[in-house]
Amino acid sequence: MSLIQDVAGSGGPDPIPGPPPLPRKEKGSRGLSPGATFALRKTGAALGTLFFVLVVNFFLFRLLPGDPIGMYTRGRNVPPEQLAELRAELNRPVLEQFLTYLRNPFASTIDSAQFNRPVWELVTERIWPTLLLVGTAIVLASIIGVWIGIKAGWKRGKSFDKVSTGVTLTLYSMPEFWLGMILLIIFGVGAFGLPGMFPIGGISSPGVDTSSLAGWLDVAWHMVLPVTTLTLVYLAEYALVMRSSLVDEMDEDYLTTARAKGLMDRLVRRRHAVPNALLPTVTLIFLNLGFTVSGAITVETVFSWPGLGLLSYEALRGPDVALLQAIFLLFSIGVVLANLVADLLYAVIDPRVRS
Amino acid sequence: MAVLELDDVSVTYRSAAGPVPAVRGVSLTVDTGSSLGLAGESGSGKTTVTSTVLRLLPKSATVTGQVLLDGEDVLTMRWGRLRAVRWATASVVFQGAMHALNPVQRVGHQIAEPIRLHEKSVSEPTARARVGDLLEQVGLPSRVAQSYPHQLSGGQKQRVMIAMALACGPRLIVADEPTTALDVMVQQQVLEVLAERVRDLGLAMVFISHDLSVLASACDDLAVMYAGQVVEQGPSDQVFENAHHPYSRALGDAFPRIGDMRFRYSPSGLPGDPPFPGEAPSGCPFHPRCPQAREVCSTTEVQLRPSGERRWSSCLFAPEVGT
Repeated sequence: MSLIQDVAGSGGPDPIPGPPPLPRKEKGSRGLSPGATFALRKTGAALGTLFFVLVVNFFLFRLLPGDPIGMYTRGRNVPPEQLAELRAELNRPVLEQFLTYLRNPFASTIDSAQFNRPVWELVTERIWPTLLLVGTAIVLASIIGVWIGIKAGWKRGKSFDKVSTGVTLTLYSMPEFWLGMILLIIFGVGAFGLPGMFPIGGISSPGVDTSSLAGWLDVAWHMVLPVTTLTLVYLAEYALVMRSSLVDEMDEDYLTTARAKGLMDRLVRRRHAVPNALLPTVTLIFLNLGFTVSGAITVETVFSWPGLGLLSYEALRGPDVALLQAIFLLFSIGVVLANLVADLLYAVIDPRVRS
Repeated sequence: MAVLELDDVSVTYRSAAGPVPAVRGVSLTVDTGSSLGLAGESGSGKTTVTSTVLRLLPKSATVTGQVLLDGEDVLTMRWGRLRAVRWATASVVFQGAMHALNPVQRVGHQIAEPIRLHEKSVSEPTARARVGDLLEQVGLPSRVAQSYPHQLSGGQKQRVMIAMALACGPRLIVADEPTTALDVMVQQQVLEVLAERVRDLGLAMVFISHDLSVLASACDDLAVMYAGQVVEQGPSDQVFENAHHPYSRALGDAFPRIGDMRFRYSPSGLPGDPPFPGEAPSGCPFHPRCPQAREVCSTTEVQLRPSGERRWSSCLFAPEVGT
């Protein structure tokens, strides 16, 4: 306080009373910084949600009608003793089974009915194509979508805004599998005199070594259509959200301050308007990240992309209960993790959230 | 020498319902080292007038007349020159307690921004040192530079705004209701900091407020605006104590003076609302609300005319000065 009084008092005969003391950095309950406390709290909440997911995921599948053993052994000649042995596992007390499940949720005692292989092995094998497809699409969609949103929102009502808003609204309301099918017909199969330029499905051509450069290019060539489909659908949403949050910021007083300082229009936009308008968009992108792993089901199915989406489609057809259970768990983990990342990231980019 | 000279400035907004004249023929002069208070109700055109100084009005506004800042006409300036003049010659103290600071940037960074922009040769450490210095000048410890706006109180944010306005050593400061959202104690502190800095640095200031008592204590001269026009102008203590226009009197009486028996049993206010811009009544625009209005007020066009030593009023019944 003494510093404040001195400075304020030095100017004239009347000392100006000092301003109220500044808020000190508050220490968390265990002597942690507010940022760390915030992160711990959010992580704790995410772990709690994960446990809840495990409980639901276990009991939901126990409630399903049908005989999983019967489905698993359908069409095969299985000796009755072996059947009884398999059933004995399911006839154990539910609580006991739940504890076994908690110890390792992915080590199902029953193999996948369709593939005859442990579910864990199947899932890990299929996760990479999905991450490649969805990851590429999200990166592209965020960059292009945010760019379009900024350009449209900053010059609201101008021709770029009118065209881009019309296009993004159309894309946003389009079912992604339908868009995928249209692209597949035009550019994969070939229509209107166009030859089929891109492969109609799969991740690579048969017989190509995917570890070589030629193999990588082959995969990239296969990615073009599904990635385009997903990118178009995602970017529409990002562009619309970015545009509207920028429009919301346009009348804010701090932009007038920035202009009065003599900043050029594009600096006002880049330094002041966009950082504020990005907040809701970044949250949306990261929240979507969790859903996109599961959201690629239809697009992966259209393009026979061997990822988790196609796997869940195949598991549903069975229904392949053990496989479905593992996939559901994985999807839920994806959503919970993406939520956690969105929360933490939001605190990094918006100082108001931390305190 | 005049730092700011407004000559017959009018501002018209385009709107769906037709043109809206917000300011009609305002002429004002502010000399180096002097301060002018601009008073009036919301919608009287005070902020619109001062926004012409740095050309901060929205695109829908058309400005006519002349705005001379240090002898240069702001309205005809090229964009590059205008950007160079903004903040370096004249800066604005916005209502910082509300949203005039960027919520996601540290305030030190925001104060340093115009320094870096207008004085390219200033090194990073020098800029930082100047920010600390500016903060201490307005009575804040220099570590406030590390804070975000939401961590500061309204009064502290307003001090930050003042420090920011002083950053490039301007010749003129426009203070747009800098104390309006603050409580009375803090209002007084902020006002003193601002007045003291303006006095010590010999700056010129235009101070906008609806509170006549605040203006009278902070400014040398006062101009009272009604319906987009200046209705009275003169030395602030004289306008405050002995108004020559009924509107100035009503505005002054709207803030009762503590200890003054006149106010104790007759809280006074002005009934009615100011006219919508563009729907100003004939004659004196104030006559429908004026307690002293007579027949002639509704028919005679009024103009600002001398009403005493360095005083002007547009009231028909203001004291006459030799013609």
